[in-house]
Amino acid sequence: MSLLEVKDLAVHFGGVKAVDGVSFKVDPGEVFAIIGPNGAGKSTIFNLISRIYEPTRGTIHFDGRNITGLKAHDIASLGIARTFQNIELFDHSTVLANLLMGRHTHRSTNFVQDILFLPKVRRAEREHRRRVEEVIEFLELEAYRKKMIAGLPYGVRKVVEIGRALAIGPKLILLDEPASGLSVEETQDVAFWIEDMRRDMGLTVLMVEHDMSLVNQVSDRVLAVANGKPLAEGTPQEVQADPHVQAAYLGTPEEDAA
Amino acid sequence: MRIVFKTSYDRDIDLHEHGWSRAKIAVLLGIMILLPFLVGEYYLAEATNTLIWALAGMGLMIAVGHTGQVSLGHAAFLSIGAYTDAALMNAGLPFLVAFPAAGLVAGLFGAVIAIPAVRMSGIYLAIATLAVFVIVEELVILLEPITGGVGGTMAPSITFFGISFDRYGALQNFYWLILGVVALVTWGYANLMRSPTGRSFLAVRDSEVSARALGINVTRTKALAFGLSSGVTGLAGALMGHYIGFFNYELFSIFISINLLLVVTIGGLGFIQGAFLGAILITGMPQLIAIMRDGLNASTGIDLGSIPGLDTMMFSVILILFIIFEPTGLYGRWLKIRTYFEIFPLARRDMFRRQKSYLKTERMK
Repeated sequence: MSLLEVKDLAVHFGGVKAVDGVSFKVDPGEVFAIIGPNGAGKSTIFNLISRIYEPTRGTIHFDGRNITGLKAHDIASLGIARTFQNIELFDHSTVLANLLMGRHTHRSTNFVQDILFLPKVRRAEREHRRRVEEVIEFLELEAYRKKMIAGLPYGVRKVVEIGRALAIGPKLILLDEPASGLSVEETQDVAFWIEDMRRDMGLTVLMVEHDMSLVNQVSDRVLAVANGKPLAEGTPQEVQADPHVQAAYLGTPEEDAA
Repeated sequence: MRIVFKTSYDRDIDLHEHGWSRAKIAVLLGIMILLPFLVGEYYLAEATNTLIWALAGMGLMIAVGHTGQVSLGHAAFLSIGAYTDAALMNAGLPFLVAFPAAGLVAGLFGAVIAIPAVRMSGIYLAIATLAVFVIVEELVILLEPITGGVGGTMAPSITFFGISFDRYGALQNFYWLILGVVALVTWGYANLMRSPTGRSFLAVRDSEVSARALGINVTRTKALAFGLSSGVTGLAGALMGHYIGFFNYELFSIFISINLLLVVTIGGLGFIQGAFLGAILITGMPQLIAIMRDGLNASTGIDLGSIPGLDTMMFSVILILFIIFEPTGLYGRWLKIRTYFEIFPLARRDMFRRQKSYLKTERMK
């Protein structure tokens, strides 16, 4: 059974059909990439899955459960984590605090217990910290543990955001352009991490990406979208060979003549 | 520069990273406890007032500094706290019941009005809280049987376990009582900020959209923060009532709201220490100006006391200068000075320059 199943998903903003009839299935343990030109609706699909936008039509099933009616803050506890295209970290906190915020769905204490800092809170904090240290070790963030986000370089912030998503302990991780703005070496690191997430952590990865070398390297299947509509689905090679996809990226001969 | 060698996660979870900073807090608390033996009646009363302001400042800091919700209506919660406490005590309940009840009533009121209000942010929220303040002020006048209306009401003298904590009869005891309350609230506040609840406040302040993606219920978190904020402010209001003795609605004017906002802004937004530094400045500065003016009069014969509004003007100028030149507040300035000496001579001028967030998206709104 597929882990994530999107059926005939559509969202219209007034007359703009940002996403219009997109369907796809992501199997457990798969790396699935969505590609497409700017404005194709890739990030909008992510925002629909993480319930920030209300779909006009269609359903989203995760792990056999219809999540179309859930609230945005209910999604993380199901095991769906995400990153943002333009980095949405908590700028005035340390890397460690940012990662600990990723443990919110695992909190076991209420605010009264927190204020009194009962022994239970301390035990829970140790456990949160232990889990976060695993993420820090995985992503090699040791040197930045106590640094404020506001002072960190772009590439490191990008990694911290992946770390915060991993701290949730998800089954499915949505990566919105994980390689944008990164150097070639940093992109290679991201590729290795995605491989490790799948192999060692058993994660399923859904990503939006423009960098075709990264897509080719890590993804099992690719969905190409343009103008909110699906163009082609298949292995990276199949999709890139598809004439519709080539037309969407490069334009058609008729358009060039006009 | 001090390097802390950590061998367990508890070192990070503890309130203080090393024994030295724990010792500093202990010394400070010791001095505060011994204060009645060190200074006279006048300064002790001033210190009491400062502590009450610090308590109210901590209340507002939870909302403004740590959850990013501006409030111009916190005088309303001071007033709810003061009137609840006075009314319950006048009805015969002991202080030990009336005082927590005052905090609880103010807190619940704050949480209830927060549920619609937190959907707004920034200037809109400030105006909404201002409206709440006006409504509460009118209610105080209308509920004459409880509040004494325009005439005002009397906060009864505090006595429990056979000991008097009267503001005038036993100022030392009254001071210690307030010091105890402030210490307890500070401890609870510090605990809150190192726990999941405090982290969710910061998350909501810095990025609502990613807070949601992490599973944080933004509306509930904001309402909780606002409730806690108004509860602590309500406690401060109750104490303020006892400190003044006889009060009416005029004690809790809009200027108190603005002064409270200045306490947290000048003290340093987002730092518990900031509430204390801000309170010291706000309560101490008018006294300092008065003392300097009297000194000038005595030594040179120039009497500035005859010029009306001079104190307020000097006070305002100092505040404006602060907001222009030190937006991170007194505590932010202290951190810079401390870092300068800790890593001497490696400090650079741009180390604390605020970095513009790169590529902040508007797409996710």
